[in-house]
Parts: sequence; structure tokens; C-alpha cells
Amino acid sequence: MALTRNSSPHAHGPRSTQWVMQQVLIATVPGLIVLTSFFGIGTIINILIASITAIGCEAAVLKLRQRPIGFYLRDYSALVTAVLLGLALPPLAPWWLAVTGTAFAIIIAKHLYGGMGFNPFNPAMIGYVVLLISFPLQMSAWLAPSGLVIDGTVAATPGLRDALQIVFAGNAIDGFTAATPLDAFKHNSGLLVENFYQQTPQFNQGRWAGFGWEWVNIAFLLGGCYLLGRKVFTWHAPVGMLGGLTLMALFNYDGGSSASNGSIIFHLLSGATMFGAFFIVTDPVTSATSNRGRLIYGALIGVILFLIRSWGNYPDALAFGVLLMNFAAPFIDYYTPPRTYGHGKSGTIIHRSKED
Amino acid sequence: MQEFALILVSSILVNNFVLAQFLGLCPFMGVSNKLETAIGMASATTFVMTLAAISSYLVNSWILVPLGLEYLKTIAFILVIAVVVQFTRMFIEKTSPLLYRVLGVFLPLITTNCAVLGVALQNTAKNRTFFEASLYGFGAALGFSLVLILFSALRERLSVADVPEPFQGAAIGMITAGLMSLAFMGFAGLV
Repeated sequence: MALTRNSSPHAHGPRSTQWVMQQVLIATVPGLIVLTSFFGIGTIINILIASITAIGCEAAVLKLRQRPIGFYLRDYSALVTAVLLGLALPPLAPWWLAVTGTAFAIIIAKHLYGGMGFNPFNPAMIGYVVLLISFPLQMSAWLAPSGLVIDGTVAATPGLRDALQIVFAGNAIDGFTAATPLDAFKHNSGLLVENFYQQTPQFNQGRWAGFGWEWVNIAFLLGGCYLLGRKVFTWHAPVGMLGGLTLMALFNYDGGSSASNGSIIFHLLSGATMFGAFFIVTDPVTSATSNRGRLIYGALIGVILFLIRSWGNYPDALAFGVLLMNFAAPFIDYYTPPRTYGHGKSGTIIHRSKED
Repeated sequence: MQEFALILVSSILVNNFVLAQFLGLCPFMGVSNKLETAIGMASATTFVMTLAAISSYLVNSWILVPLGLEYLKTIAFILVIAVVVQFTRMFIEKTSPLLYRVLGVFLPLITTNCAVLGVALQNTAKNRTFFEASLYGFGAALGFSLVLILFSALRERLSVADVPEPFQGAAIGMITAGLMSLAFMGFAGLV
């Protein structure tokens, strides 16, 4: 790979990695609060286990490679990976799930490539996909959001003591699980969407896209808007992804027949859509570099997300879409170089006008 | 019409020759160091694979089956592929000496690409019709080209990464291919 030597002027960003990572951590708070209020303490336990594992693995690898441990731990990047993975895992998953996923993410997806800034794949999504393929049973056991009424009983999430027993001692959680809206929708057999919505508790108690999940997505959208406002990332990748998903849903919308693939609002507010659009797709390391490249990168993730959601085996596909496009990002970069300073759009040098 | 689209999606994404069936790994690891060579190799392989799928179908249904010699199909297909590659080589040499020089030794090496033989054998094993067989060969070649080209762009970036010493070179390439294969598992069930 030819590394070009750029001449001045060089733009200098006053922001440190540490500041950016702190902003991302702050922006996950609304999502975390809503997830906790619907699914109980489990998400927080996940995040704690993942964070401890991530920091331990990061420190161990840095020590093995004889790099300054404190310097790299203080950039919070390992912590962000852990928090993102912890948010994505089902609450009250057994403790070894978070440990395995985080260790794989940090050691293999990040440090084998040389650590922060060199990893071609998003570590959190690698951890998630490894877990999803290796332990599909544990990864699909989502709790019923608290307050959801199924067959006359109101779902409640277990308290702290029960939660700890489920996570660490492996007590069964059968009484608490329910299909997520995406899962339920995928298994709609032969009902018109309207009737299906009326008969399914996840939808008839929800407002737009399934009880609980719509609010989780709105909370992540809020966090994402905060990051956009602080200019942590540009709008291109998230808009590209949401746009790609919206267009696919629009073109494939058939008015709600029994074979429907879901409406636009259903796709935008279910599963990991907003979480992905603002916290995963925007990763500066693994996405395309130029703004035009990011737009393409995001849009293709949206398209793959819709394809797998509608016709694939998995109910949600954010992680697969992101990894596939991580794979394609260097190629996209190759054909969408950013415009260099002083050059016109087509790469020609801007000529001075006659006045000067 | 729809079944032809399904054959294409199946051969390009779901049953991708490199990342789902693990065929053709030698050129995948060997020619992916630079994007330009990868593109050249991808187009040559696409040409050969499609042509080999067509001619091996013809050899199978016009010669082997009427004579009852199906048990010879592996060796016959290898011969067919070698002939097709040699033909392609001569053709490119005459029509475009520049492309011939760029591809260099990779052109005859396509003979040993197991994905080409894989296409021919799978076509007879699944009793595909003439059109399906050639479309499958073309789709498989497109899938091979897609991952080869994307992988080479990624490897150019890896070559400047601070990879730990024991993992440099082919090792990190293998790990990357493994992670990619994980991502391609997401397409399961599309067809």
C-alpha cells in the first residue's frame, strides 16, 4: 500500500481519543437507562462483566507486547468495546457469555491486528457474531420487557438477587423470556399484519414497533443526536444506513399482507437499528474514510440488514451487515478518495481567477 | 427467472466458494497482496471458470454419459480445465499482450484452482441443466472475484498495521479470512 505524503496545510484536531471515547460512553446512558427499566438489572451486570474482562485482556496483551499499559488503558477504547457488547447481549445471559465475547473481541479482533486504530473489524461486533454462532440458544433468550401483559400475566424482571443467581449460578430463566418483536414478526405465519399486530402482545401493547423496543431505539437515537451535536462523527454513515434501510423497506412494502416484510417504522424502531446506526456504524477505525465513502458504507449496511432480516435465518443482522461492510471498507476507500485541498471536484487543480 | 436469480445469490453469497466452501484458497491467499493483481486474477478466473463450467457440462453430457464413462469425470474435467486455461492463455497472448504480461504466471496457475474443478463436479452432482450449470459457474466466479478483490484491498491496509510478529503475513491473513467467513454465515437461509 502506497502511503502518500501530504503537503501542508495540515488540519490538527484538538480532540484526544480519550475525549471521543468518553463522549460515546456518555451517549450510551439514555439507552442503558431505558434498557434497564424494561429488562432489569441484567444489562448493567453484562456491562460490568464485559468491562472487567476487557480491561484485564487489554492490560495482559499490552504487557505481553511490552507497550505502556496505563497510556493505552486511559484512552477508554477497550471500555467502549465492552460497553457496546454489554448493551448488545441479552440481559441475564450467563456470565461466561460476556467473558468469552469480550475476550475474543479484545484479543483477536483488536490486538492481533496491532490494537487501537489498526483493527479492520469492529471488535464488539466480532464478539457478538462469535457468540451468536457459537451459542445461539443463550443469545436468543431475551427477557419479556417488564409491564408486557402476556395471557393475562404481567411480565416482571427479576430483582438483583435473582438476577445474580441466574447470571452466575445458572438458574433457569424460563419464566421471564419472550420473543423479541423482530423474532415474533419473523414467525408470523399467514396472518395479515393488521391481525397479527392485534393478536400479538408485543405489538398490541406497543405504539409503533413493539412494546419496549421502540423506546430503547428512541433512547439510542437521542444518544446518537448528542454525539452528532458534539461533532464526534459526521452525519453521513448513520444517515446512509437509516436511508438504505428505509428505502429497502419502502420498495418491499406491500401494504401489510401475510408475507409482508414489515413497514418502515417497524424496521427503524426495532432490534438494533438505532444502536447500530449511531454507535456501531460510526466507528471511525473500521468504517470508510471519506464522507462519500461513509454514505455508501452506511447505505449498504442498511441494505444487508433488511435482506437478512427479511429473508435470512437470523431475526436481526446488524452485526453481520457491519462486519461485511468492514470487509469492504478499504475497497470503498480506494474508489472514494477525499478531495485534496486546492483541487476541484474532478481532481483538477483550481486555477486562479483573473482578478488575482 | 426467479430460480436463476436464486442460483446467482446462492453461488455468490450464501455458498461462496472461498468463504463458505473453502475452495480456491491458494489464489485467495497467494494473489491478494495487491489490489491490481487481484483484479487481474479475478477477471481471468471469471473467464476460465465460466468457460470450464460450460465445456465440462458438454463433455459430461455428450461424451461421458453416452459412453457410460461417468467414473472418469474427475480426470476428464481436469483435462478440460487444463485445455480451457491453455486456450485462454493463447487467446490473451494474441489479443492483449499487455494483459498477458500483467497476469504472468497466475494465468497457468488457474489450472490448479480447486474452485474451478469444484464448480464442474458440483454441476454434475446436482444434475443441473446447461443454462443452470453455466450460470452457476459464472456466479461462483463472481463470488470468488468479490471476496478476492475486497480481501486484497483489506490486506494492503494490513501490511502497514502494527501486527505482532508471530502473526505477520499469511497468519493474520488466515485469521482475517476466518473472521470474514463468520460474517458470511449471516447470509445462511437467504436461498
